[in-house]
Amino acid sequence: MSIMDSIIQIKNLSKTYADGFQALNSINLDINKGEIFALLGPNGAGKTTLINMICGIVNIQDGMVSVDGHDVVRDYRKTRSMIGLVPQELTSETFETVWGTVSFSRGLFGKKQDTLYVEKILKALSLWEKKDNTILTLSGGMKRRVLIAKALAHEPKIIFLDEPTAGVDVELRQDMWEVVRQLKEEGVTIILTTHYIEEAEQIADRVGVINHGELILVQEKNSLMLELGQKHLQINLVNPLKVIPASLMDFRVELSACNKILIYTYDKNDDFGVSSILELLSSLGIAYHDLDTKESSLEEIFVDLVNRKLT
Amino acid sequence: MNYPAIKAIYIFEMSRMRRTLFQSIVSPVISTTLYFVVFGAAIGSRITEIDGVSYGSFIVPGLIMLSILTESVSNASFGIYFPKFSGSIYEVLSAPISYIEITIGYVGAAASKSIIVGSIILLTANLFVPIQIAHPIWMITFLILTAISFSLLGFILGIWADNWEKLAIAPTLIITPLAFLGGSFYSITMLPPFWQKITLLNPVVYLISGFRWSFYENADVSVYVSVGMIGLFLLICLMLVWFIFKTGYRLRV
Ligand SMILES: Nc1ncnc2c1ncn2[C@@H]1O[C@H](COP(=O)(O)OP(=O)(O)OP(=O)(O)O)[C@@H](O)[C@H]1O
Ligand SMILES: [Mg+2]
Repeated sequence: MSIMDSIIQIKNLSKTYADGFQALNSINLDINKGEIFALLGPNGAGKTTLINMICGIVNIQDGMVSVDGHDVVRDYRKTRSMIGLVPQELTSETFETVWGTVSFSRGLFGKKQDTLYVEKILKALSLWEKKDNTILTLSGGMKRRVLIAKALAHEPKIIFLDEPTAGVDVELRQDMWEVVRQLKEEGVTIILTTHYIEEAEQIADRVGVINHGELILVQEKNSLMLELGQKHLQINLVNPLKVIPASLMDFRVELSACNKILIYTYDKNDDFGVSSILELLSSLGIAYHDLDTKESSLEEIFVDLVNRKLT
Repeated sequence: MNYPAIKAIYIFEMSRMRRTLFQSIVSPVISTTLYFVVFGAAIGSRITEIDGVSYGSFIVPGLIMLSILTESVSNASFGIYFPKFSGSIYEVLSAPISYIEITIGYVGAAASKSIIVGSIILLTANLFVPIQIAHPIWMITFLILTAISFSLLGFILGIWADNWEKLAIAPTLIITPLAFLGGSFYSITMLPPFWQKITLLNPVVYLISGFRWSFYENADVSVYVSVGMIGLFLLICLMLVWFIFKTGYRLRV
């Protein structure tokens, strides 16, 4: 992707909190205009920290972030008015009405009141009937939608959704993805964090994986899915192999479990790989007593990546 | 300047007052009435006049100041502490709004509220005792400056406090005693000379004295000293706020 297409540029961004804990370590990332970017990572990985630094909630000490070519510290007015944030925690002024709190957000971001627009988002998020309710009287899922409405109130070009589906039921989740797709249609760039890999699979254009404050992978979702489309044939050998025989080198094989298991990775729609490797094994006189195949999920790729970085 | 943002914060803060309208208006009326019953009637029957002003009339400026101080501090500290506590502060921090605008919004609302309460007390007191305002412009100036200064103080307090206890401690442990000892209900010339000197260390003395002068033209200290002191206090609070925002103290990590 060229620089032209990127809307957020993050360069060497690090964060060490006051207690000395380093939450982010030299993050470099470009977010493309109009894409849906999913940030994946285990608890405490640094996802919220990263988002909060871009949005101005956490101070930046090392590195820089620019949004649409403007530095988020120097030109904070420009950058922040382009961004809407849905925080991870359900926080809101409990005694305010839905209408009041959404209008407040719009004003806070420097926009003139526009009742038609606010009405439109409340309707899109099925909150219209609840517009005069106080936040206190809403269910958890409704509160989350109010936070989304607040983030959309000033017509942002970029929206951050920090775990938008935590504590949200399946039906509502689908509605929410519908809203996200709609926003993408309108050209809004969306960055979301989630623990649910299926969600990233379902909706994202690109996926980034963050762990222990380091960005360990950024990839187009489709090419990740390609990896996902791979299968593994596990061959349990009778006798351990010292090395992988030269004639097997053409295949993607590796040894594991004290060299007693040979794992062959192949494309799901490769019809001949399995039979040819098995034939080859018999011709080499390598005996096996069991076979097993499985598909790798994004979850596994993820865990695998995380572990690989750890060791 | 992001005027819609200032307006949004201001309206939002004022709407809290509207939600508790009854309480906001009725409680100052009741407490003023109580002060008149207790101080005016009980003590006023013994101290009939101070500096040529009837005791009941004498305490009115002090009463107003007393509630301006406590209302300003508690409104402003609560206004900023609560979003910090609930987490909804994230929105203000992520908005395209400068420190100055945040401060104007919150402090402006808190000061407005306490000025409203002060006016209610003035009107209520007017039902009990004759009140004369010799220098209305000065009176309003003192009222506004005090409300703003102490709202700033409350704002600082709300940012500093990281639990409810700290939030409650300053008003009850500092503001109320200072206000009571600041000559709300007596002239400090009535104190022994030693205590008069000590009392001059209390900044509230200058506020009440100046404010009372704008009513009855009698003051414990020169009105210019009063204005100077409140100006100084305002300046200190402004500098503290500037420092807080410059460093992100307790707002941004
Ligand atoms: N204010 C803070 N002071 C000190 N450490 C902090 C602070 N905020 C976060 N951390 C630490 O920084 C790390 C990253 O936290 P962060 O909230 O960014 O993680 P996350 O990826 O969003 O996790 P989750 O998926 O649980 O939301 C954690 O170890 C957390 O304890
Ligand atoms: Mg998080």
